[in-house]
Formats: sequence, structure tokens, C-alpha cells
Amino acid sequence: MSSAPPKTRPGSWTVRVREAGVAALPPEKLLPDGQPTYVASWIYVFGVASIASLVVIVASGSILALKGPAWWHYTGVGHFFNSIHMWAVELFFFVMVVHLWGKYWMAAWRGGRARVWMTGAVTFLVAVPTALTGYVSQQNFDAQWIATQAKDGLNSVGVGAFFNVTNFGQMYSYHVLLLPMAVIGLVTAHVLLVRRHGVVPPFELEER
Amino acid sequence: MRSRDDTQPWKGGYQPYDLVKEACIAVGVIALLAIVLSILFSSPDDKPSTIAQWSRTLPVNFLTAAATELDGTSGTAGYGPPYNHNSKGVHAVFLYPQKWLGVSHPIDTARDFVLDPLKTVPNDPTLQGAIAQYESAPAATQKAWGEAYAKPLEETAAAEEEEKPLPKTVSLDPATDTVTVQAPGAGPVGTLMTGLLSLAKSGGLDGALLTSDQFFQTDYTKPLLFMADGGLLEKRAEEQHLLGEQWGMMNETGSYPGQAWLWLYSLWYQVEPFKSSENADIWVLLLMSVLSLAFIAIPLLPGIRSIPRKIPIYKLIWREHYRESSPRSSA
Repeated sequence: MSSAPPKTRPGSWTVRVREAGVAALPPEKLLPDGQPTYVASWIYVFGVASIASLVVIVASGSILALKGPAWWHYTGVGHFFNSIHMWAVELFFFVMVVHLWGKYWMAAWRGGRARVWMTGAVTFLVAVPTALTGYVSQQNFDAQWIATQAKDGLNSVGVGAFFNVTNFGQMYSYHVLLLPMAVIGLVTAHVLLVRRHGVVPPFELEER
Repeated sequence: MRSRDDTQPWKGGYQPYDLVKEACIAVGVIALLAIVLSILFSSPDDKPSTIAQWSRTLPVNFLTAAATELDGTSGTAGYGPPYNHNSKGVHAVFLYPQKWLGVSHPIDTARDFVLDPLKTVPNDPTLQGAIAQYESAPAATQKAWGEAYAKPLEETAAAEEEEKPLPKTVSLDPATDTVTVQAPGAGPVGTLMTGLLSLAKSGGLDGALLTSDQFFQTDYTKPLLFMADGGLLEKRAEEQHLLGEQWGMMNETGSYPGQAWLWLYSLWYQVEPFKSSENADIWVLLLMSVLSLAFIAIPLLPGIRSIPRKIPIYKLIWREHYRESSPRSSA
């Protein structure tokens, strides 16, 4: 048995994936310790604040999920974690909208960065039903009212046939698993694209 | 026009940056903010309504809704897909997606909301006889009985809404909490409705509407639709500023921000031509779908993608960069 490391096989799928990954995002680009000097405004904080809000949402939501959907109605601790979850969602949407407007006014899709904008925009759009499924999974009066109202809009375009907001079990599955996975996947893709293309540079003043 | 430098790696200066540290600080700040907001404002949790509560607090309203479920004139009975075939649903020009996707959650309001729950009531031969009499009658007779029973209740509801004196055909005895409906020609329907009111007050109807072939149940479609046909949910919603004309479901109980991000979706319901359209739901959804696609495709849309160049908010964002790279500062 040889103690030397095995030779890299050129046909290996694993090697291909690794090499493509490292070529697209070398470690110093993925986790940089320096950034262009033009990245100097408070507006840049709102991107990382959106991710931070998502982390707090997932953490508080995981605690609520561990204890089940009824827990927060009859314990003070449960209600507190529900409050954290709700306010983190409010903060998430607030900072994400500010981030979006900031990126719009920077025309941050320039220089081959259209996919960065698009993954961000889709994240916002997927976050909306993620929140809605949370509202209709609350098992309180808000859930009853929002479900009976939302059903008409969804039914009108046929979505209600397979996405039933008055079915608690289905909405809970969407809210704690399927849609959060989609949001996290989109945010991951968005951040990797930002790291790959770099932060959009300023307009050249003489361009105008 | 693409700017000269934005596809190329940045050739200018760099500054030290600790990405991981920044992310950790951001999580700490947001967590702290969420905790402070939770301590200060908590979160809303108004108890859900039940059919038992509805039938006890608004028995006349309950009977009015139940009568429409039996005679097939309720909102749910005439809804169309995905609950039944009694209408085509809403549409936009030649688009009928509600109809095309079909009946996925079949509901026969007379059978599911009234007759089947009543069949679960034990030891009541009068009630079971009334069910048998109703079920064996021709459809035209059933309809005539249902309408005869519903008429005084609808007249009472209309008088209440218009704040006129109530007709004497419907009376509520506060001492015994019983409702008397004078409805000649209603056949066995009076007995059915009295039985349903008793079942509802006992809480039995809440359970009966959730019953299925399975022991475990998570689908609240039937009880929610039945309640939505009545007045309790709407009464509570109006008190909490949650009606459609009050910007609807983007709000929540109390003075909380709710789903503020739905403001544009809710806005269309407040303005013409959507406000008075029977097909507002599909038109608003279609409009929002187009706007959402446009939002995703902004980088590809001429005009909209050029606005940021023309309105120089970017000068404010990158003011330090422009100041430092101006000829005067580099001189």
C-alpha cells in the first residue's frame, strides 16, 4: 500500500466540480479581507443586515418549530420567541427594501451583474409567500381572517387548487421547510454571485 | 451603454475589510433590535373564533348562514372551483384559470355543512326523521322549503343592516337563548336548523366539520369557509380594521405593522376599476405578476434601467469616492 496521495484522475466528476468552484470563487474572493475604497456608505450595511435578519428569523423559527405550533399560545417564553420571530421578519423586509432601493440607484446590475439583481429580486418575491404561510399558520384569529381573505386571490388564478391557505398542515409545511429552503438557497446564490462579480463600481462621472 | 470599468476587476485602491466580523456584528445588532422590539411591543395573538362561539353569540346570524348553506345560496355554495361547479369563478377576458384547475377540494354545502353533521347526533328520532324527509323530497321541494325558511331570516338581516325595525317573524328569547323562526311552508327545515344550532352551540359542529376518513386532521377548509359565510369573522375583522376596504389582509390585529410589503397588492383593491370589479382578484393578481416580472427584469428594461444614471442619487452614495478621485483632491 502506497503512502503517497492518489493521482488526480482527469475524468473525475468531483475534481471537475472542485476545479470549477475554485476557479469561479477562489478562497480570497469568497472570503475577502479587503474591499474597494468606494464601498464607503451606510447603504452597504443593508445587504448584510438582510442576511443577519434572516439568521435571526431562522434561529427564532427553529425554536418555535422545536416546540410545535401551539406552544407559543400558552407559554410566555413561547410568545416571546414568536415576538422575536415576527419582529425579525419586519426588520428583514424593511432592510431588504432599503437594500433594494440602494442597489437600484447604484444600477448594481451593471458589468454582467444582472443575475445578482435577479436573484435578489426573486428572493424578495419568494419571501412574500414565506411570510404569508407564516401568518396563516399562526392558529389565531389573524390566521383565520388572512386565510379566508387570501384564498380568493389565490383561487382566482388557479393556485388555490394545489396551494390551500385554509389547510393548516399544508401551510405549516410550506412555512417551516419548503419556502425557507428556497429563500436560503436564493440568498446563498445571491451572495456567491456578489462575491464572484465584486461590488458594483461607481458610475464614471464623465459618462453622463 | 456599459460603463468602461464595471466589467473589469477594480484597479483602484482597497481598504481592509473583515467580512466575517461584519456579519457577526450585524447578526448581534439585528438580534438585539428584535429582542428590544419584542420586549416593548410583544406580538398579537387574538384567540381564534369557533363555530360554537359564533352560534352562541350570534345565533340568528348563524341560522341565516346555515339556511343559505342548505338552500345553496351561500358564498361557498356558489363559489365555483376549487370547491364546486356552481359557477365558473372569476375570469379575465378569455382566461378562466379558476375553472381550468378544477374542483380540488369538493364541498357540497348542504351535505357537508348541514346534513352529514346532523346525522352524527344520536338519540333524536325527530331530527333523524326530518333529515330523512328532507333527503327523500324532490330537489324542487327542498329548494322551496329552504327558501321559505331563509326568507324571514334574510328580511331580518336586511332590516338590521338598514337599521330599520326588525320583523316579528324571527325572535330571540334572551332567557332561554332560543331562536324562533316563523317560516310557514319550510317543511322539515325548521327542525334541521334548530338541530344544527344545538349541535353548533355544543361545539359538536366544529368537530363534525373536521371529521374525515382519517383520525388526524389538519385541513380547516370546511369550518373556515362556513364561518366566512357568516358574520362573526367579518364583525371581528371590521373592529380590527382588517376588511378589504381597510387594506385587508396586509394588516393584523392590534397596531402592528402586519404584512406592510403587500401594500402595492392591497392598493389596487382600493382604486377603480378594480374596486368595483367582480373579477378584481384575478386582475390584481395578473397585474402584480406582470409587475413582479418587470421588477426581476429591470436590468433588461430600457428606460427603467437608465433612471439611476439620470437622477444622481449615486453621487450621494459614492460622494467620498468622487471627492477623493476628483482632480482637485489628487492634485
